[in-house]
Amino acid sequence: MKVHRERLVLFSAGAVVAAAAFILVLLGNPGNMGFCIACFLRDIAGSLGLHSSATTQYLRPEIPGLVLGAFIVALARGEFRPTSGSSPVIRFIIAACVSIGALVFLGCPLRMVLRLAAGDLNALFGLVGFVIGIGLGCIALNFGFSLGRTKECSAIEGTSAPLLSVFLLILAFTAPSFLKASTEGPGSMHAPIFASLLMGLVVGALAQRSRLCFAGGVRDIFLMRDTTLITGFASVFAVALVLNLVSGNFRLGFEGQSVAHTDWLWNILGMVVVGFGSVLLGGCPLRQLILAGEGSGDSTAAVLGLVIGGAFAHNFGLASSTAGATGAGKVATVLIIVFFALLSVTVVVANRRKEA
Amino acid sequence: MKRIDTSGLSCPEPVIMTKKAVKGLDGGIEVVVDNVASRENVTRFLEATGFTVERIEEGKGWLLKASRS
Repeated sequence: MKVHRERLVLFSAGAVVAAAAFILVLLGNPGNMGFCIACFLRDIAGSLGLHSSATTQYLRPEIPGLVLGAFIVALARGEFRPTSGSSPVIRFIIAACVSIGALVFLGCPLRMVLRLAAGDLNALFGLVGFVIGIGLGCIALNFGFSLGRTKECSAIEGTSAPLLSVFLLILAFTAPSFLKASTEGPGSMHAPIFASLLMGLVVGALAQRSRLCFAGGVRDIFLMRDTTLITGFASVFAVALVLNLVSGNFRLGFEGQSVAHTDWLWNILGMVVVGFGSVLLGGCPLRQLILAGEGSGDSTAAVLGLVIGGAFAHNFGLASSTAGATGAGKVATVLIIVFFALLSVTVVVANRRKEA
Repeated sequence: MKRIDTSGLSCPEPVIMTKKAVKGLDGGIEVVVDNVASRENVTRFLEATGFTVERIEEGKGWLLKASRS
């Protein structure tokens, strides 16, 4: 009965996420990008001048909305807990790498599902890579990979993500002149600010409540043969698919998809990075935002890493465009997979020595 | 009764610890968890592997007392 209820909550949350994403695209967000955590954090990095790619700069209110939605619900349900200290710097670096992988593929796991549901078959290669990456992460976990225990910390440290979110919203609403905003490209396409914020708040609240996680869904199947968490993943896909079919947005194929490229190998490998890194972090980019809202300083470090990774991806030409992956992006992707493998081995060996 | 403490560990480490701890274990097990996600995941795992789980609030977390049903 209880498991049944969990699935119901996950299914409802997934359905609302898909509907919110659909509405945001109708209201102006780029195609199949109602939500993309990696892209939106990258756009925020651009709006703050952390990178100078003129087409991807906009302070997306969805992001502070997600954090604050999770924060409010966690507070109301007594689940807000300021914690920190589980290797925040390593988490920052892993998350920066995850962001680069996501921008080689052109989407976080949530956007991958939204792209799949719109008939974008390039995302199918992304899914293959995502599953392989999660498999690699699970191997590391089974060998004893752990970033260590988190500890209780001060309330101010635990509320840093919600406070930063309020600050970002003030910037978004007052639009000071130093804030950059794209006039063309994906960064120029966005829903009205209030709609974006509202959808962010709703999805953040539901994601907190349901513990929706795209990496966790696949991971739990590998680790425990448990399909509870994947219900959310399936629900977003199913509802988005129906909405796309009904509205005529569904276009099956590889070519001409919105903000996507057809380099299949780099679609796979980019998402290997995202899957592998997300398991090492304990959750996908969306989940990191939600945990940051619940008071986790470690996840806040990961979110900041995603922002900086997004900036690096554009400063160093690592991010793909619709024309395909870049040479530098390919090198970075391979290096990151090697780095994750070495990091896993090092941490496992160190943990085992400590136990012995 | 065997007891493991998963406080401060992030998901899914508490479940992996529990999985390793119940391997070849005949009796029950007590698992300390300190966040809701871990509480739900560990409970779900134990119930799926044939335990009955009793939840007791303890400090800022919970003690999950699992016995073979």
